Amino acid sequence: MTTTDHTQMTLPGFAAARDRWEGAYDRQLDDPRTIRNRSGIEIKPLYGPDDWDGSGYLDRLGFPGEAPYTRGIYPTMYRGRTWSQRQLIGLGTPADYNERIRFLIDNGSTAISLLPCNSGFRGLDCDEVPFPLLGTCGTVVNSVDHMDAALDGVSLADVSTAMNDPTPFTLLAFVLGVAKRRGVPFDRVTGTSNQSDYISHYVANHMFYRLSQPGSRRLLVDHVEYCRQAVPNWNPVSVVGQHMQQAGATPAETMGFTLSTAIQYADDCMARGMDPDEILPRFTFFFDVSISLFEEVAKFRAGRRIWARVARERLGARDPRSWRFKFHGQTSGVDLTAQQPLNNIARVATQAIAGIFGGLQSMHTDAYDEAITCPTEESARIAVATQNLLREEAHLCDVIDPLGGSYYVETLTDQMEAEILAVMDTIDAAGGMYDAVGSGLVQTMIGRSALAAQNRIDAGEEKVVGVNCYRDDADGVGPPPMRPDAERMRRFVDDFAAFKSARSHDEVDRQIAELRRAARSDDENVFARVVDAAWSGVTHGEIVAALRDELGFGDPLIVA
Amino acid sequence: MNETSSPPAPTALDAAPLRVLVTKIGLDGHDRGSRLVAAFLRDAGHEVIYTPPWQQVADVVTLAVQEDVDVIGVSSLATDHLIVPDLMDALRAAGLGHVAVVVGGIVPEQELPPLLEAGVRAVFGPGSSRDEIVGAVATWGVEARTAKLADGGFAR
Repeated sequence: MTTTDHTQMTLPGFAAARDRWEGAYDRQLDDPRTIRNRSGIEIKPLYGPDDWDGSGYLDRLGFPGEAPYTRGIYPTMYRGRTWSQRQLIGLGTPADYNERIRFLIDNGSTAISLLPCNSGFRGLDCDEVPFPLLGTCGTVVNSVDHMDAALDGVSLADVSTAMNDPTPFTLLAFVLGVAKRRGVPFDRVTGTSNQSDYISHYVANHMFYRLSQPGSRRLLVDHVEYCRQAVPNWNPVSVVGQHMQQAGATPAETMGFTLSTAIQYADDCMARGMDPDEILPRFTFFFDVSISLFEEVAKFRAGRRIWARVARERLGARDPRSWRFKFHGQTSGVDLTAQQPLNNIARVATQAIAGIFGGLQSMHTDAYDEAITCPTEESARIAVATQNLLREEAHLCDVIDPLGGSYYVETLTDQMEAEILAVMDTIDAAGGMYDAVGSGLVQTMIGRSALAAQNRIDAGEEKVVGVNCYRDDADGVGPPPMRPDAERMRRFVDDFAAFKSARSHDEVDRQIAELRRAARSDDENVFARVVDAAWSGVTHGEIVAALRDELGFGDPLIVA
Repeated sequence: MNETSSPPAPTALDAAPLRVLVTKIGLDGHDRGSRLVAAFLRDAGHEVIYTPPWQQVADVVTLAVQEDVDVIGVSSLATDHLIVPDLMDALRAAGLGHVAVVVGGIVPEQELPPLLEAGVRAVFGPGSSRDEIVGAVATWGVEARTAKLADGGFAR
């Protein structure tokens, strides 16, 4: 260990005092069990200057807003502007969504996001799936008209919109259609293509049904290129660690996989001739924030430090904006329990604190009933209020990186960094993230970690209140599930059928033929054709079906 | 366990292991739970047939016939349990009424009765232990196989 002349360790009596404490600790502790965090790092009972002595401060920590950004990516952090309060919402019909989003904006949400119905995730229109499932987990948006209704009264030039929008990005195409209809220039449209990270879908959500892996790879680069030219204030890439952590990856594995994925996408874009400084400032990240508070804080601090180095040294970016690791955090649904659901309010608050101390730019807090159903209006209000009171009452925003300099947190940040780098080395050795996913390596690692986590809960090593301790068998019936109004949904599906038959079929056929031709070509931008097709009334399901036909269906590659 | 009709008395497993299909129907792709349960059942000595998510009801019935399964475990995180009654109807129509169907995942209490009335043997909610799941599958699986043999089915 490097020591500096001002460290306490050189003071007379330091070693003797430490030994005295160790002796007392050993004598008085009844249960000297080993504690490890979720990433497998052994956690000691006490950290001091013999663990972390502040050496290398400028290289390893620096000041907020300067590389390596360990302490935060902006000089002012929450003193200047607090995180965006971006609740992920999706339910029912576009009109249902619109009601909820206006309610949330009135209650303090500053940005919006849209979660489509699972039928949309599957690449299908509302008339292609079992009716009882429609709108139960997200909003049905299959056309420009639907998006227009969903965003009724929301100014596209003022409100940032995040769309959960996997390849081929039909939701952004619909947003651009709405912008065109309302006369909003594309360069005024701001937001993020959440879930544009097809790799995370392949490993954790199995979006293979949409497009084959090579097809998704091409579409993503087309999408980045299109946005760079036509929608410059849109973030086309959101690299999603959330799916992997939810599927069972440890926090360290999650960060490693996510950074390796970002490297893959940057490499793919650069292979197309894009300059890293043109694209990396618009890369964003999306993470789960678990209740393992210090581990999460260390995960985010280490992630920022690694990304700054990778962007500069490995990807060759020269613009500091390319080095900044901007991320959205969502409190983790995996930690929530269906048992004693009100307990989840306390869990979400704890997770949110971890995210705030971790320096996030945007946050979603889960509603307490989210382990059971789509949130009710009441539970959604409490989730927003949780952010409001942490921001306004708890004085969490007064000091930038308030855990920085903690012997424990700095040591853990270094240890997490080492774990994350080891994961990234494994991925590099497998040929990068694209190949590592293709061979099933990542899926196997995630599955193994998920099983280990479940075994720890089953063995009682990891406690979950209401599940393996403090159980209450008189738990009672949970809140009633949110289900869309069946009659309203039926009318919606009927209207969609009427819309489809009233369209110009010649134009639809022509657009689909253009889309197919672009997909078959080597050099045409397929996403530009998706935007045109959407504007001309081609539906989500029709666009995905045409591209699936041309670019192939993915291999499920299940590693159980 | 959330809810179950009362299970028959446990019987010793046949010499042949039970054949269990672990699947997801409907629109959701979250499979952490189904993968874990598949691993538990495999570790318990059963033959597990595992599918990717998003199976159609008809596909599950076909697979159940082809693989001669005793138990079908359906995992549902995001409302796909709402179409489980369709699966039960389709199984009966295909002459597979003896196959024991169990559901695991998130099923709100209010939506349990339609599943049990449709003949689902058990619904395992969050917090169900590995032992509960493995034990019930063994019990219901042996019963299903016994019913099939009594009905002139062939033993594997």
